[in-house]
Amino acid sequence: MMFNDLDSVTDALAGLTATPVPGLTDRIFGSWLAAPSRLGATFVAFTGAGVQFVRSAESVRGDAAAFGDAYRDRFGRPLRPADRAPAGLLVALAGRPTPVRLDLRGLSDFERDVLTATSRIPVGQIRPYGWVAREAGRPRAVRAVGSVLARNPVPLLIPCHRVVRADGLLGDYMFGSTHKEQLLRAEQMNVDEVAALARQGVHFVGSDTTGVVCFPTCPPARRITPAHRHGFRTAAAALAAGYRPCHHCRPTGPLPQRPPPTPGAVGD
Amino acid sequence: MPADELCLAMVTDLDSGFAEVVRTHERVVYSVALRLSGRPADAEDLAAEAFLRAYQALRGYHGERIASLRLRPWLLTIVRNTARNTARDAARRPDPPPAVEPAEPPARGASVEQQVERDDVARELGLVLVQLPEAQRVAVVLRHVVGLPTSEVAEVLGCPDGTAKSHISRGLHRLRALLTEPAGDGLVAGRTLR
Repeated sequence: MMFNDLDSVTDALAGLTATPVPGLTDRIFGSWLAAPSRLGATFVAFTGAGVQFVRSAESVRGDAAAFGDAYRDRFGRPLRPADRAPAGLLVALAGRPTPVRLDLRGLSDFERDVLTATSRIPVGQIRPYGWVAREAGRPRAVRAVGSVLARNPVPLLIPCHRVVRADGLLGDYMFGSTHKEQLLRAEQMNVDEVAALARQGVHFVGSDTTGVVCFPTCPPARRITPAHRHGFRTAAAALAAGYRPCHHCRPTGPLPQRPPPTPGAVGD
Repeated sequence: MPADELCLAMVTDLDSGFAEVVRTHERVVYSVALRLSGRPADAEDLAAEAFLRAYQALRGYHGERIASLRLRPWLLTIVRNTARNTARDAARRPDPPPAVEPAEPPARGASVEQQVERDDVARELGLVLVQLPEAQRVAVVLRHVVGLPTSEVAEVLGCPDGTAKSHISRGLHRLRALLTEPAGDGLVAGRTLR
């Protein structure tokens, strides 16, 4: 085709309108629904990338409009009612550990690191805020961890209720400390035992048969028989007494990689 | 739905009114986004981003202001500004690897030969359009790709009608020059292309 005159150029330009691929609206709008959870009814908002926002109905006085406003203020997106829940959401809200895609765009690297570390705390266990700070690579940012978790966009799905104070008290929760305790008891966490230990100044538990020190909710710690059980106020005191930190609960923070086995040491 | 009714629908219920706005204007917004960004994947990002910015602005507007909006030029101004911001940010980062322009989706009712020729023309025009200076490119795209009246082109460019007309005219002449010159030397009328 030749473009000898301007008319041929404008004709060709007029043919350049394009039809957007279907789904532009999906990229702009968030979807919302109400769903049951361990905390009773919740409102949930999500995009095509994953779940973005979860709040208990109780925390917005059962008002879906208030939930919508909170979502729009925070994410700057319009909302529309969802046809159906994203995969895994209902099961995860009911309390079974299930992978659910999360849309954590718009968070800072630190916020994302804090939420990722928190998401690794197993069911029925707790970790102090300082542990999350260490796992997130910012050991001194303990208070900042608290602020991030107080704004956790996806509570229950990222279990911020499993992060507690270093002194053994369960501490605050965005939906109230009563709900925090209720969630942990429902996960079979040894709430009363941990509180009793804390009253004695014990925040770490070691076994003199394995020489390993753990947080008191770590399964190996819960299996130690009373005769072999030793309590410590700090992880440093346990290390000084010759214990090594547990590789599961990592009471002293991220551990250096174990050295690879020496080549030729096995099977020669 | 006419533009003023769309605006009133947003005053009544911003989100459902905005869904209607997206449906009504997505073709124009996407077409402009595609010609400003040059690649379909970038155009989708740009169109979605522009609509989100529009929504965020609307949330802060009083009903009266929403009701009196001139919706299409207002949306396209946001597309233009978003495209400029994206281009500025991209200039501060290293270039992504060059991408192959995928073929445009076939239009209905055209023979294969016609379609192939149309695709070639569209691709060539698309490549040449992105070589125009920004104001000329915006002016030509708004006037001749999506058929806006000159007054709306001027509104988007934020200039008097006469200036908009001259951007359109210069853009067209430059386009023709780029399209008719022998390819490959990268020079037009003694000027280095940017």
